[in-house]
Amino acid sequence: MRERIRVACGQGFWGDLLDAPVRQVEGGRIDYLMLDYLAEVTMSIMQKQRARDPRAGYARDFVPLMREILPACVRRDIRVTANAGGVNPPACADAVRDVARELGLGGRLKLGVVTGDNIMDRIDDLLSRGLELRNMDTGEPLSTVRERIQSANVYLGAQPIAEALDRGAQVVITGRATDTGLTLAPLIHEFGWRADDWDRLAAGTIAGHIIECGAQCSGGNCQYEWQSIPDLADVGFPIVEASPDGTFVVTKHEGTGGRVNVPSVTEQLVYEMGDPHEYITPDCVADFTTIRLEDAGENRVRVFGIKGKPATGFYKVSISYAAGFKAVGTLVYAWPQAYEKAQAADQILRARLERLGLKFDLIHTEFVGANATHGALAGEPSPDAPEVQLRVGVRGQDRNAVERFTKEIAPLILTGPPAVTGFAGGRPKVEEIVAYWPALIPKSEIEPRAEVTEV
Amino acid sequence: MKAQLLKLAHARSGDKGDTANVGLIALRDEFYPVLVREVTAARVKRHFGGICKGEVERFELPNLKALNFLLHESLGGGGTLSLMTDAQGKTFSTALLRLEIEIADDEARSLGIEP
Repeated sequence: MRERIRVACGQGFWGDLLDAPVRQVEGGRIDYLMLDYLAEVTMSIMQKQRARDPRAGYARDFVPLMREILPACVRRDIRVTANAGGVNPPACADAVRDVARELGLGGRLKLGVVTGDNIMDRIDDLLSRGLELRNMDTGEPLSTVRERIQSANVYLGAQPIAEALDRGAQVVITGRATDTGLTLAPLIHEFGWRADDWDRLAAGTIAGHIIECGAQCSGGNCQYEWQSIPDLADVGFPIVEASPDGTFVVTKHEGTGGRVNVPSVTEQLVYEMGDPHEYITPDCVADFTTIRLEDAGENRVRVFGIKGKPATGFYKVSISYAAGFKAVGTLVYAWPQAYEKAQAADQILRARLERLGLKFDLIHTEFVGANATHGALAGEPSPDAPEVQLRVGVRGQDRNAVERFTKEIAPLILTGPPAVTGFAGGRPKVEEIVAYWPALIPKSEIEPRAEVTEV
Repeated sequence: MKAQLLKLAHARSGDKGDTANVGLIALRDEFYPVLVREVTAARVKRHFGGICKGEVERFELPNLKALNFLLHESLGGGGTLSLMTDAQGKTFSTALLRLEIEIADDEARSLGIEP
């Protein structure tokens, strides 16, 4: 057994710095590269792509990335875990296989594919058998939105990924797997952690949580002494150096920018936190109140003491469904009385929408530069503010009403308060809203599968 | 004296559906008991009066010298439904740091907190 494994994060979300994974591979020694591609909104987009083309529905960026880094990964035995498969992991794996062969790597590596998360085709069956898939936030049964469902995926954990690694996969491609599982799986594989070793599984889960948002634990979006954080232009993405006993060090490659210290790691630990005693994943329940952090040198934080509890009998399901339409329009008003002008324009716009008889579920106005982020907490805006942006959004079930709204913004320039600009972008776009329905499903309903094949 | 949390803590916030979470972390270990005493769920609910329509829950993490707040019904429906600039509550962190708490002058002096 190796005594220390280095797992690097190369992508904190789909859209993160494109060269970050390349720099993780080239910037120093790592054993594993984990890449998180899936936000909830991504799944429904991919489901639509797949409906049009049965070979689509995965994170396309992953394929050119593999072209760039796969030779180095094979040469230096860096293994990759990525949830790039979206709603079509086999198609993603096929594309990576083609690339590997083109690179002359045929016969030199194995690809792992994890499936079993996609339950889109089983919804009716599940509902007919009395599983209500109630919304975890509102308690409503899924049947209320049945006709509008666009995708449905279970969050799988680390175990099937670890199984693919056990069987020799160099690259493991999953669909909807948890972000934390992508980091935990290599540790289970390397250290042989048992599926009921809750403390160690919790430790690996928390290691995953710390690095899953990329540079957000290594100096990015860090409030603590932010002005002194060096060279964010060249920010180093995080690396976990894990030990078999479940302790680990968070660090980054030598010579990169950013900062890893106790405050930067603590900020990431509390990010998107719920009840800290119960951080629930498919693999375990981690207790964040047991985490101990310790400064272990420059850009090194040691993490230890973590306790976990048994996993629950459920998987979380993320279901997306069509929930109407929205559009947001903006205009910029200049000094003097910029805020008053923007307020007046909002009143005029609302009166016109009313006169047109347009019905919306919600009209929401913000004044950017005055109170858009902190509301009334920001205090009364100064009459001397150089400019204020009026930002009005509407949401509703009637696409035509939302469309009509988008045509009422530009006219305000010639028919409303003076010193107004900022309409160069044209009419706002109408967006279809894809909303999320979080639910739980008994684990007995789901069969995760790991397939490993030679390239 | 009054002290703004900005002088006592740093913070990060995020979302889960229509709930925003704010993690409030003591800048120095010795500030943590002051945060525990003064920054109660009720106080945070009042602070976010116009923003948080639901309950505020508070959890203590003495190991990290941090408090975690859940502000329910705060993000205009949350996720893709929200029409807010900050639909994910990412700036709730500094909104909380605006809060002013009352500290006895003696205590403030012993903790090195300046007005």
